[in-house]
Amino acid sequence: MKKALPVDVVVEMIEPGSILMIGGFMGIGSPHRMIDALVEAGTKNLTVIANDTGKTNYGIGRLINSGQIKHLIASHIGLNPETQAKMFSGEITVDLVPQGNLAERIRAAGYGLGGVLVKTGMGTLVEESKQRVHVNGEDWLLELPLFADYALIHAHQADYLGNLAYQLTATNFNPVMAMAAKKVFCETNEIVPVGMITPNEVITPGAIVTELVAMPHRHH
Amino acid sequence: MNTTLTPNEIISRRVAQELSDGMLVNLGIGLPTQVANYLPKDMTVFLQSENGLIGLGARPPEGMEDEDLTDAGGSPVTAIPGAARIDSVFSFGLIRGGHLDMTVLGGLQVDSCGRLANWMIPGKMAPGMGGAMDLVSGAKRVIVAMQHTAKGAHKILNECTLPLTSQRSVSLIVTELAVIEPTENGLVLKELAPGISVETVIAATTAPLTISDSLSVMRLD
Repeated sequence: MKKALPVDVVVEMIEPGSILMIGGFMGIGSPHRMIDALVEAGTKNLTVIANDTGKTNYGIGRLINSGQIKHLIASHIGLNPETQAKMFSGEITVDLVPQGNLAERIRAAGYGLGGVLVKTGMGTLVEESKQRVHVNGEDWLLELPLFADYALIHAHQADYLGNLAYQLTATNFNPVMAMAAKKVFCETNEIVPVGMITPNEVITPGAIVTELVAMPHRHH
Repeated sequence: MNTTLTPNEIISRRVAQELSDGMLVNLGIGLPTQVANYLPKDMTVFLQSENGLIGLGARPPEGMEDEDLTDAGGSPVTAIPGAARIDSVFSFGLIRGGHLDMTVLGGLQVDSCGRLANWMIPGKMAPGMGGAMDLVSGAKRVIVAMQHTAKGAHKILNECTLPLTSQRSVSLIVTELAVIEPTENGLVLKELAPGISVETVIAATTAPLTISDSLSVMRLD
């Protein structure tokens, strides 16, 4: 069994300079309480791997505004002008990665693959400083795995074994990120007794979830 | 008839005719999204939203939004009965694995081989490519839906001045003036919008155009 911990206790485990994966797509399915607590903690020099940076000062955008991110790996920053401004000024270094390549690079790390061969990005700016591989008579681009120290993810439900179920489009990158980090911290819409999430509904098994974030108190 | 239609309406109506029953289709943000408004009511098309849904429905009435049900722009949507939730890996597996029948995307520039540039303007706009590179590289058919020129500046060029989205040529270019098909022998002018002459299209296009033997007028019903 896992004891759910207060959100500030969970994010205190993250050292400055850590590599974080943060789930979510435009803030949908992002771990907003952990992001808020991380801003509060002020942990600096973070590398963040995420689909996007939400909007200005919203979602992962909060960590852009607070100046805690030094390096970002993402597929889309178009809806956060602050990220673009900090990229152009050189305050943050940004690797823009096609969304499918990003998903596969995270998957490669989580699934024990040395890399993935892809077509996406071949012959474009994405190919710069990457290796081409000739296999079965075709050229492919080699994309390397992306690992993290911590995955900060969001699920719809957890039970006290850490089994996770996801909801609709809040699923996105969360399940694959749970596979690619040394430690997995998860916050949820609710934590339910073991057994309420049926075996068929579990997407991420509790065995790979390190810490659960306790729910805010509903009653006093 | 087209005098009452805006350029985007002409483009959306014409692109809608490329869809057929049972297709799995991804519509890009902006103009391509409007294509859904012109599909025949009795046609079943599975719209993919790359953030994690097959069976994208219309925007819900105010007060009936679900925080966990959004499109790739983060706006509230509905899911049609029979819709499926998918995660990001599966979503892009569909796109890259050749399972997606068609994608419709906006464009900044297209070159004489039909190669698209639509993801950045160096030094000015670097929003990131999101899913665009995967869609152009992986979908069975890629349709570019865009206005023919940008405030008079040509967009269909010999070579793109902006960074390419993919080396792969697109399948069809639909503008408010014309339908153009990239082929091994360059760009072929297939259809003209009602009231538009061949000369008008050529004057608005830098890349050489071959006139199709079966050149016709766009149907916009």
